[in-house]
Amino acid sequence: MTDIDNNLETAAHPEKLRRVAIEQVSRVEGHGKVTLLLDENDRVHQVRLHIVEFRGFEKFIQGRPYWEAPVMVQRLCGICPVSHHLAASKAMDMIVGATLTPTAEKVRRLMHYGQMLQSHALHFFHLCSPDLLFGFDSDVAKRNIVGIAAAYPEIAKQGVLLRKFGQEVIRITAGKRVHGTGSIPGGVNKNVSIEERDYLLKDIEQIVAWSRESVGIAQQLFEKNLDLYNNFGRFKAHTLNMVRADGAMDLYHGGLRARDMNGKTLFDHYDYSHYWDVIFEDVKPWSYMKFPFLRSLGPETGWYRVGPLSRVARCDFIPTPLAEQARKEFVAFNGGSATGATLGFHWARMIEMLHAAEVIRDLLHDPDLQGTDLISKGKRQERGVGVIEAPRGTLIHHYKVDEQDQIVRCNRIVSTTNNNQAMNEAIRQVARQYIDGKKLTEGMLNHIEVAIRAFDPCLSCATHALGKMPLEVELLDAEGGRVDVLTRSSDGTFCSAD
Amino acid sequence: MSDSFQLDGAPICFEPGQTVMQAALAADHYIPHLCYHPEFTPHGSCKLCTVKVNGRTTASCTLPAEAGLVVESEIEELNALRRTLVQMLFAEGNHFCPSCEKSGNCVLQALGYDLEVQATGFRQLFPDRPIDASHPDILLDFNRCILCEICVHASSEVDGKNVFAFAGRGITKHLIVNSESGLLRDTDIALADKAMQVCPVGVILPKRVGFSMPIGERRYDRSPISAQALEDAPRTPSGAHHE
Repeated sequence: MTDIDNNLETAAHPEKLRRVAIEQVSRVEGHGKVTLLLDENDRVHQVRLHIVEFRGFEKFIQGRPYWEAPVMVQRLCGICPVSHHLAASKAMDMIVGATLTPTAEKVRRLMHYGQMLQSHALHFFHLCSPDLLFGFDSDVAKRNIVGIAAAYPEIAKQGVLLRKFGQEVIRITAGKRVHGTGSIPGGVNKNVSIEERDYLLKDIEQIVAWSRESVGIAQQLFEKNLDLYNNFGRFKAHTLNMVRADGAMDLYHGGLRARDMNGKTLFDHYDYSHYWDVIFEDVKPWSYMKFPFLRSLGPETGWYRVGPLSRVARCDFIPTPLAEQARKEFVAFNGGSATGATLGFHWARMIEMLHAAEVIRDLLHDPDLQGTDLISKGKRQERGVGVIEAPRGTLIHHYKVDEQDQIVRCNRIVSTTNNNQAMNEAIRQVARQYIDGKKLTEGMLNHIEVAIRAFDPCLSCATHALGKMPLEVELLDAEGGRVDVLTRSSDGTFCSAD
Repeated sequence: MSDSFQLDGAPICFEPGQTVMQAALAADHYIPHLCYHPEFTPHGSCKLCTVKVNGRTTASCTLPAEAGLVVESEIEELNALRRTLVQMLFAEGNHFCPSCEKSGNCVLQALGYDLEVQATGFRQLFPDRPIDASHPDILLDFNRCILCEICVHASSEVDGKNVFAFAGRGITKHLIVNSESGLLRDTDIALADKAMQVCPVGVILPKRVGFSMPIGERRYDRSPISAQALEDAPRTPSGAHHE
């Protein structure tokens, strides 16, 4: 393997290699593909996750009135629009100088944890359980949710009903199951009535019980297949997540915490309103998706992992009893090995789903939900930053608004973008483990997809750079040799290799 | 005893001075319409209210009611034409209902639902229409203007300010602001003006209140436009509701 670049990002001589594409990556949100370049001996030289769709919301939100942002930007996504709805609302809270009323904050939290519940249920049961329960290279005809419904009807039913409950929480707080309008700058536009509360309360104990069972399923999968789950696509990564002031998991609000791959704290309780001092974004010519990194470590080594695995592993505790007990077992399991395993994502995700169910139960008993003081405002600001822990990880929205109330600049670092390099690392590791030097089969390629799915990426959310993307166009001859290459740099200038 | 005409086979009584539209609405018979507003002189520009009278098509909002007229409105031939008119309005402007703060309160959107418009049907023109956010309290989003002219009448006839007017002809016809700079900040428009209340779409908007009304409580969440129009209709030519 002497002539193979061990990081597998860019092959030294791509013109001599055979290209294999996984297109589309299935059972993820949005459209993406993976390309592998292999030599005549089936040795892997290059592996890349490409995001093939382009969204551009950062550009076309410019000029719009700021109060439109929470509703417009959620159209990024049909799976976790609440995350964008709330991140934009939090940014606009800063713009209008608001300190939320107790009712407004709790209604928003209820909306967000409902979102967490439905999204995690969708991912684990609908998208990933076919891989996890049947096997990564099992019969492809059955490796889907229909196959699960036939073989494990009770599990399939629980998955559907867990998601449905989360969607109902969203409907009641936002007005619609998908793309509601409940959160507005400075607060919310409705409270939760007694009737709505009671409608949700009648099912919540069952939801908590099913969520607890789901943690058990994920845990048992790990225990029964320890070697596989421990080592599949395993790599060391720095982490980023948000925590409450006391170090507890808080998915709605808190400070940023970054730890290096050895667990050493890089920063903690960092005020996210100045996130750009600790996080920066790199761009690469082969992807529409940006590559964020921790400034203190630089673009080459400063990439990090976000999402359930980082949050559960790196919080000090979870402030609900059942989820906290599950977290302790997760962290203690096999000397803590699950906290760094790519497939540990699934276990951590189910712990978060249990936490979400417990939070929803607690909130439903809080009379502040029926309060009528819904909106607040204060001194108008020019900049607003909203950060939230979305189902897929830390989500950053940043806006600048002029004195005429129009948005003049917008930047988003979406959860999946935060995991960009980490996902590429995971699939390169899987390529080394399962593909390098072997004859390809569908099941082997599905191993690559299993690694991507563990992150629960939302590819449609993740691609927004416009006018600043470096691009590279290659001209190849009939034999695949490179004749010329035209490169556009991030400042928009073009240059040719000649 | 008042005179009457036939509307879709039903007798409609009317009083002298009423148009076919006024008499129909007062008698709880809905004729789809867009630029007609019960408080202003009808001008028959949108053509949504086109009916067949004795076999000929005409705008019902400007047609004086007469005894013995035979009027057809609720027929597929006319509804298909109305659907096409609404589709053309959607294609001509930039109407992004999913992120528009007027959604649920918008007459054009409500008509689209009521007439079962499933798709735009025409190539979108995507005109370049910058918004005017210069006024501290009022936003003008020209992207959604359908040239109904109601704001022009409200500003001149009720407010006495002439803030709005039309410029251009044909496809280039557009709403303008009557000020030297062309900007709203240089007019004397105020939030309490009638012109602020009448825009059927999301062009003239008070700033910083968008989306404050929850889904479920918006005007057309409660009942379709065909029912709302009957509730709003004056029952006599002078505008007073009958008992």
